[in-house]
Amino acid sequence: MTGGLVLEGVRIALENRELLTLDKAVAPGEVLTVMGPSGSGKSTLLSFIAGFLTAPFLATGRVLLDGADITHAPPEARHVGLLFQDPMLFPHLSVGGNLLFGMPAGRPVRKTRAAEALARFGLEGFADRDPATLSGGQASRAALLRLLLSEPRAALLDEPFSKLDRHLRADIRSFTFERLREAGLPTILVTHDAEDAEAAGGPVVELAL
Amino acid sequence: MLRAAPYLVAAILAGPVAAGALGALVPSFGFLPALGHDAFGLAVWRDLLSWPGIGGSVLLSFASGIVTAGLSLALAMLFLAVFFETRAFIWLRKAIAPLLAVPHAAAAFALAFLIAPSGFLARLLSPWATGWQRPPDLLIVQDELGLSLMAGLVMKEVPFLLLVALAPLAQIHAVERMRMARALGYGRIAAWFKTVVPALYPLLRLPIYAVIAYSSANIDVALILGPVSPPPLAVQVLRWSNDPELDYRLIAAAGAVLQFGVTAAAIALWVAAERILITLGRGWIESGNRTLAEQGLGLLGRVLFPALLLSAGLGILALGLSAFARVWRFPDPFPSRWTLEHWQSVGDTASGPLGATIWIALAATGLSLALVLAMLENERRTGRRAGRALELVFYLPLLVPQIGFLFGLVLLAELIGIAPGGGLVAAGHVIFVLPYVYLTLSESYRRLDPAWSRLARTLGHSESRVFWKVTLPMVFTPTLAAFAVGLAVSIGQYLVTRLLGAGRLDTVTTEAIALAAGGDRRLIGAWALTQAVLPVLGFALALAAPRLLWRHRRGMLGAVQ
Repeated sequence: MTGGLVLEGVRIALENRELLTLDKAVAPGEVLTVMGPSGSGKSTLLSFIAGFLTAPFLATGRVLLDGADITHAPPEARHVGLLFQDPMLFPHLSVGGNLLFGMPAGRPVRKTRAAEALARFGLEGFADRDPATLSGGQASRAALLRLLLSEPRAALLDEPFSKLDRHLRADIRSFTFERLREAGLPTILVTHDAEDAEAAGGPVVELAL
Repeated sequence: MLRAAPYLVAAILAGPVAAGALGALVPSFGFLPALGHDAFGLAVWRDLLSWPGIGGSVLLSFASGIVTAGLSLALAMLFLAVFFETRAFIWLRKAIAPLLAVPHAAAAFALAFLIAPSGFLARLLSPWATGWQRPPDLLIVQDELGLSLMAGLVMKEVPFLLLVALAPLAQIHAVERMRMARALGYGRIAAWFKTVVPALYPLLRLPIYAVIAYSSANIDVALILGPVSPPPLAVQVLRWSNDPELDYRLIAAAGAVLQFGVTAAAIALWVAAERILITLGRGWIESGNRTLAEQGLGLLGRVLFPALLLSAGLGILALGLSAFARVWRFPDPFPSRWTLEHWQSVGDTASGPLGATIWIALAATGLSLALVLAMLENERRTGRRAGRALELVFYLPLLVPQIGFLFGLVLLAELIGIAPGGGLVAAGHVIFVLPYVYLTLSESYRRLDPAWSRLARTLGHSESRVFWKVTLPMVFTPTLAAFAVGLAVSIGQYLVTRLLGAGRLDTVTTEAIALAAGGDRRLIGAWALTQAVLPVLGFALALAAPRLLWRHRRGMLGAVQ
């Protein structure tokens, strides 16, 4: 199999203590859920895949994305998008500015495409808004939109729903997974919420401490 | 390029200090071939030690270092103890920036104009309270014991210590400490000194040593408020180095070395006293006494803090009134006739001192800011924080008496053949501006969540693009504040400008201080007010610009993310 995200013999250690080993392939449109208590190395795994692993962590193994080895590529060349607990919309840019910042340069009609995308996400006319004025749900959707418009080839989600209000969580969750599936992105979700894993509907890996 | 930044910064800070110290040490033993002295010996030192009044100069410098630091620290701690977490605390925070922005010389002039026998205070109280129809014949300013000198220094060092004490209060959980102690039945002041100060003091050590160094070797305040004969040691060294008889350079060099010794001795005495107090303090903390003169100290703090603000405010007002006064008879509280003519000299020479002040401040601060940003960005990229050694290097120019190494630096520059002038002065200012820019900016820069730049990189942007598009805009507000601090520091520099400009380059600061000896109050008022207003303007711009720029970006206006 060449498509999707492949973790080949990945081992991550903290100094001499082994944190995790993983050998997995995530197909396009599939969500792999990684569960485990805090300290088990869930977020470290995402850092490794995105290219941010630093000392004292050590990792071996390879990461392949659509057949290409990205293990040693700089983060900006990996085409791996991230979603965090917080939407992390850049506070110095407008909502539209955030999307444009994420979109690749040199494409035609970037602004029009951003505005259309906002409308599709129920955020019509939000391009000039200050991100600080968005509700929690709106900000989550804008962050997801920024990720998708940056044209990634895989997505990594680091407990993206854990800070949302209960009544919003289910909606945002299903919305997010649907959009990622539509885009055909291989996705890794890190969480300690069993409901998240269930909603993701893909394979689940449990990490031990 | 970026990797070299920390080393470059260290070299800029430590290099001139080391070279300058050596440049004073060698001639102090009689070796200065440029002037035909090429035999090592102790003759210069004998001349120095037999100079009339040298003992008084040394004692005065030593005492003003210790007394100023002790009094400033006591007051800063008292104010925090009394006002911490009260409604007035917000006022205290707000009052610090403008107090800090006013250069030492302008503050000294303000105090002189306030407390002199014919000063603003005497006018406000005469004749109804004092009965004075004529200024009393009292030596208040430039008194022999250096009391007005120390008062002037305290006025500037209290806000400095307040600033450095406020920053780490959250880090040491001061609020929780106070609440816990109060819940255990301790009075506010006892609680502060028993539970907060022990955690706070170690973080204030370097700033306090810097206060001792500054106060024991200061020149600009001493020229305005200090005794004339004998003057503080640093002033005496400056006189020697300015003497047309070039052989006085040798004794000036020895005096500069002696100044190192005096400052080091003052710091050493402080360290010894600190040890004793810490030992005694432990017993006091554990004694279980719940109060520390709560009523008396509380009242003292509530009176002295407004008094400090009021005297600064009235002093500046007095400068302003003098600057516009044509006729101002004693004991009239206000001038009876006004004029703008004193401003002519300020305006006429706008291309001179005013212009020079501004371009030197912009150049020195711009360069310092670029270096500090390069260093902090390198730190963020490599994930390695500057070590303790580098932190010390940042304090080096603040811990070493200025006259001690600047004098040697001038001798060296003359030897190498670097012409004194604007470029050299601006470069010299960097030595003093750089530490303050670093101290104001590093905290906010490091607090910026690394997740922001990581996120930007996953969106496909390179490290340098992330710096310009994400990191720099997000720390724009603290960067502007650091820039304003840098400008204020540069504007206030006297000795560097004097020595490295060889007296041929004038700024508003050198101009104002040069007038001090002459005593033309109106002219002093105009120049000192200009000197005070320039940095305050810088701060006002640094506060206003982000509000304007980010008026539609609420997330940028609160605390730094």
